[in-house]
Amino acid sequence: MSSFPWLTVAILLPIVGAAVVALLPKREPGAALPKQVALGFSLVTFVVVAIVGLSFDVGGPRYQFTETHEWIRAFGAFYAVGVDGIGLVLLLLTAVLSPVVILASWHDGDGGRWSVNAFFAWMLALEGLAIGVFAALDVFLFYVLFEATLIPIYFLIGGFGGPRRSYAAVKFLLFSLLGGLLMLASVVGLYVQSAKTPSGPTYLLTELSKIDISTDVGRWLFLGFFIAFAIKAPMVPVHTWLPDAADEASPGTSVLLVSILDKIGTFGMIRFCLQLFPEASKWATPVVLVLAVISVLYGAIAAIGQKSIPRLIAYTSVSHFGFIVLGIFVLNSYGQAGSMLYMFNHGLSTAALFLVTGFLISRRGSRFIPDFGGVEKVAPVLAGIFLVAGLSSLSLPGLSPFISEFLVLLGTFTHNFWYALFAVLGIVLAALYILLMYQRTMTGPTRPEVAGVKDLGLREVSALAPLLVLIVLLGFYPKPLTSIINPAVADTLQQVGVQDPKPAVPASASGEENAQ
Amino acid sequence: MSIPLAASAPVIDPSPASGVFNLLWVVIALPALGAALILLLGNRRTSGFAHLLGCATVLGSFVISLVLFVTLLGRDESDRQVGQVVYNWVDAGSFHAPFGLLYDQLSALFLLLITGVGSLIHIYSVGYMEHDARRARFFGYLNLFVAAMLTLVLGDNYLVLFLGWEGVGLASYLLIGFWQHKPSAAVAAKKAFVVNRVGDIGMALGTMLFFATFGTVSFAGISAAADRADDLTMTFLGLLLLLAACGKSAQVPLQSWLLDAMEGPTPVSALIHAATMVTAGVYLVVRSNFVFDHTELAQTAVVVVGAVTLLWGAIIGCAKDDIKKALAGSTMSQIGYMMLAAGLGPAGYAFAIFHLLTHGFFKANLFLGAGSVMHAMDDDVDMRHYGALSKAVPVTFLTFAIGYLAIIGIPPFAGFWSKDKIIEAAFGDNLVVGLATLVGAGITAFYMSRVMLMTYFGRKRWEEGVHPHESPKVMTIPLMVLAALSALGGLLIFGDWIVDWLAPVVGPEPELHLGVPTIVLTLVVLVVVLVGVAVAWLTVGRHEVPRTAPAKVSFATRAARADLYGDAFNEGVLMRPGDRFVEGLVVFDDRGVDAFVDGTASSFRGMSGTFRRLQTGYVRSYALSLLGGAVLVVLALLAVNIA
Repeated sequence: MSSFPWLTVAILLPIVGAAVVALLPKREPGAALPKQVALGFSLVTFVVVAIVGLSFDVGGPRYQFTETHEWIRAFGAFYAVGVDGIGLVLLLLTAVLSPVVILASWHDGDGGRWSVNAFFAWMLALEGLAIGVFAALDVFLFYVLFEATLIPIYFLIGGFGGPRRSYAAVKFLLFSLLGGLLMLASVVGLYVQSAKTPSGPTYLLTELSKIDISTDVGRWLFLGFFIAFAIKAPMVPVHTWLPDAADEASPGTSVLLVSILDKIGTFGMIRFCLQLFPEASKWATPVVLVLAVISVLYGAIAAIGQKSIPRLIAYTSVSHFGFIVLGIFVLNSYGQAGSMLYMFNHGLSTAALFLVTGFLISRRGSRFIPDFGGVEKVAPVLAGIFLVAGLSSLSLPGLSPFISEFLVLLGTFTHNFWYALFAVLGIVLAALYILLMYQRTMTGPTRPEVAGVKDLGLREVSALAPLLVLIVLLGFYPKPLTSIINPAVADTLQQVGVQDPKPAVPASASGEENAQ
Repeated sequence: MSIPLAASAPVIDPSPASGVFNLLWVVIALPALGAALILLLGNRRTSGFAHLLGCATVLGSFVISLVLFVTLLGRDESDRQVGQVVYNWVDAGSFHAPFGLLYDQLSALFLLLITGVGSLIHIYSVGYMEHDARRARFFGYLNLFVAAMLTLVLGDNYLVLFLGWEGVGLASYLLIGFWQHKPSAAVAAKKAFVVNRVGDIGMALGTMLFFATFGTVSFAGISAAADRADDLTMTFLGLLLLLAACGKSAQVPLQSWLLDAMEGPTPVSALIHAATMVTAGVYLVVRSNFVFDHTELAQTAVVVVGAVTLLWGAIIGCAKDDIKKALAGSTMSQIGYMMLAAGLGPAGYAFAIFHLLTHGFFKANLFLGAGSVMHAMDDDVDMRHYGALSKAVPVTFLTFAIGYLAIIGIPPFAGFWSKDKIIEAAFGDNLVVGLATLVGAGITAFYMSRVMLMTYFGRKRWEEGVHPHESPKVMTIPLMVLAALSALGGLLIFGDWIVDWLAPVVGPEPELHLGVPTIVLTLVVLVVVLVGVAVAWLTVGRHEVPRTAPAKVSFATRAARADLYGDAFNEGVLMRPGDRFVEGLVVFDDRGVDAFVDGTASSFRGMSGTFRRLQTGYVRSYALSLLGGAVLVVLALLAVNIA
């Protein structure tokens, strides 16, 4: 059982599924078969990933389900995959969101530039590549997959989006290629470093992290990776591609982009920046933290001023990604555990927000906030789900994002009071951008244009229900995630060589410590 | 438990729950379950039984609370702190926070208040909301509120307290905006939430500072180590908690949301915005006595906030013609009294809680009475359209009158005992503070007499077609119970019971040093109160009340009508500049950051041909760029390899 290549299967299943869906005979728009096949493949993938998650040994070795095969000997590149807690959490997120997105996007591929088959095939392809990225334990493999994810998302935006989709798709591509180019330089640089060692060139993460890279070189290589990841995440000031992309893409595409693909950026910061370049990471910390705090506030303030719902959500994500980066670089256990939780929780809450507003936008035929008003009266279920999704985005205690945001702020606070003082303003701004949007769209007298809006149907509710259940469940019981995250955090921090700050007046821990 | 020497606060050290105390979590779970069932099944499916379920769950919690309380009474004084860890909530890195509950003398009283008054208000709402199509949902929200409020007072650490803290904020938001088709209600709801979030900054930073200082957020751990912490840290902690308390308890400068919150249905105003939720700030300060006892500066800040707010709210209450807003100003003012008392340290903690309880009785009584009047007057809230209602709604009148006597502090009604104690403690601390509470008592007597006179006495000023009638039994019986409590609540102080009861939590009350015998002060207070009543009689009672508010009034009246310009300040100083800043940033983002990036992009375009071509033929150009990337990879690696 243990030698079964579960991760390879999880990567290949959606990709095979994509090929099958693409090759299905093209039918009239609205045909159900390609959608059903796509949903089926994504559900089977979910089962496979769930098996990986359930059989992950919390106390076991750091990387599990590893597979290593030589790929390109001259470069020292391997097909090496495996997961630790960090990768596993994102694998689970990808596997949960993909079927949800496919179910929610049932009709979104009907009027696109290409056939319905293409729409769902690209979605599945993206799922497979994303799983590959999060499982990759070889830098070269990671880079190739990282670049490859651009292809499906590019076609999803450019082929199935709004009127300015071409502009948005090209903008997205240019930003990503620029980041990719910088990362490429660093990837090549890594090769140079590893080729100098007696054992010869290697791209294996486990081997590379043992190499002692000189300070100057390490910092340059770090920058290449970091800038690429900052564009992906995205951080201010390299964020402007995201609002345009989210504005033009279909809601499902936006979810795949913001909830899953953008996580590659923050995942990469932990996986590669911290693990390969601990010295450079500590060196860059002050600048990164300042940028992160700016992202938190800038994204939130820009969100308040948006007129278009998807743009607004995109800016909230800029703010949320600021929090994630903050937690990663404060370099303590609660901050990092918070960031990893944040990646998962943000995936859930933003997905719920994009999808439920997507349903609303397609009903009204407009994405502009002033075109709505009084929707609660005609569509109470939609309004209720919108509100819960919104409250999770503003990190209401009791919903899962609260715990992660609190932990990130806590980590920031113990690292440096001043960063926390600014970042905590984000909680007020979040209340403003969410509740203003809710007030303007859902409350007040019902506008005649929305009077005909139908409430959510069974398919739509079933697509959103798993997200809401997880948001509430993990808000009260985050242990399933924290128990796999904690060891990975401990390993990462040990690798970086930092320890948690000690309390000034440690209290006796009576009634406080858990049984472990 | 031994009381430590000197001024240090008692240490919280609960014993594990056993026997009937194992039911502690059920007190929260019952209303939570009710809320979940009603809200998940939806309004239509539950409209037949939601009101019954809603009442039953809260009554169930009340019965358990009562049993727990009696059991606690029977225990030895040293054994009256019970802890229950329901499960490990957050374990992340070296941060741990269990979902832990603490049942002690303080939370025991709160449990009785929340579930007791909560039950009465639930029952009242059955009648009050009878004709509302969304009554089921209303009960879902009410149950949600009760569950959150119980979590707030039962949490054994600051994170669980925060969960309840924001939970009641959410319920408050949902209920203020219950009639959200009215834009004013929707705006008021959002305002309440956002202002509270400003206070939550204090709560969040405070919790973090607790962890950074003590390595824990539990009351037990912090209270045990509090003596060893440095004063500066304690001062910061105290000020941060005060910020949180100001938001939740509508204290100056975060007071502006409470008057708008009256947009909610009246039972909500009674339960959330009078009896329970708005007193959470007082609870926070009293519960955190192990912080405040170490910082005179933060204590002084609490006293100042309390004193300013008690006058602020009272002045606003004098000028309002909307009966609910007059009462809301009064609530703000009465919580100011509690806050002030809490700021006095062990000399005032017990009296803050005592006044909190009696205020919970008489203010719920008054608000529900106001609701009953509104019910009679076709939901008109303008007291200028009332008058001569004492005969039309006799039960409401009598119960309201008892609440009135209680709040202005006429012996032997509840408010007399509790407010008098605070005034004594205030004079014992500082003459200026004492005078503030004394003047406040006079103003309270004035504005409450004004409400009484305008509503129940004088000539009829009713709108046409209004035929007032007494409310149904389901509404008047809760009024009668609350009136009885308003009359008898003072019994809690007999034999210093509540002071002794709370001493193990808040420390023993130090001896009071007044220059005069307390009876003299009591008489002075009574005289001031009677002056307030007399002034109301001379200015309001003797004259005909105009049906529209006179426009030519003094500056003071105009200021009070405008809530002392709190909203004007917020709008001018925060909102309008804020809006402009947001607009500016959006423009900057579009024109500045983006233009720079687009400029870079167009130089790319220059290389690969016209933008048009890139857009139309983007499949091909993408393939090319990807291929280009791949070629670059290989070339780069080969180059390095060969070199």
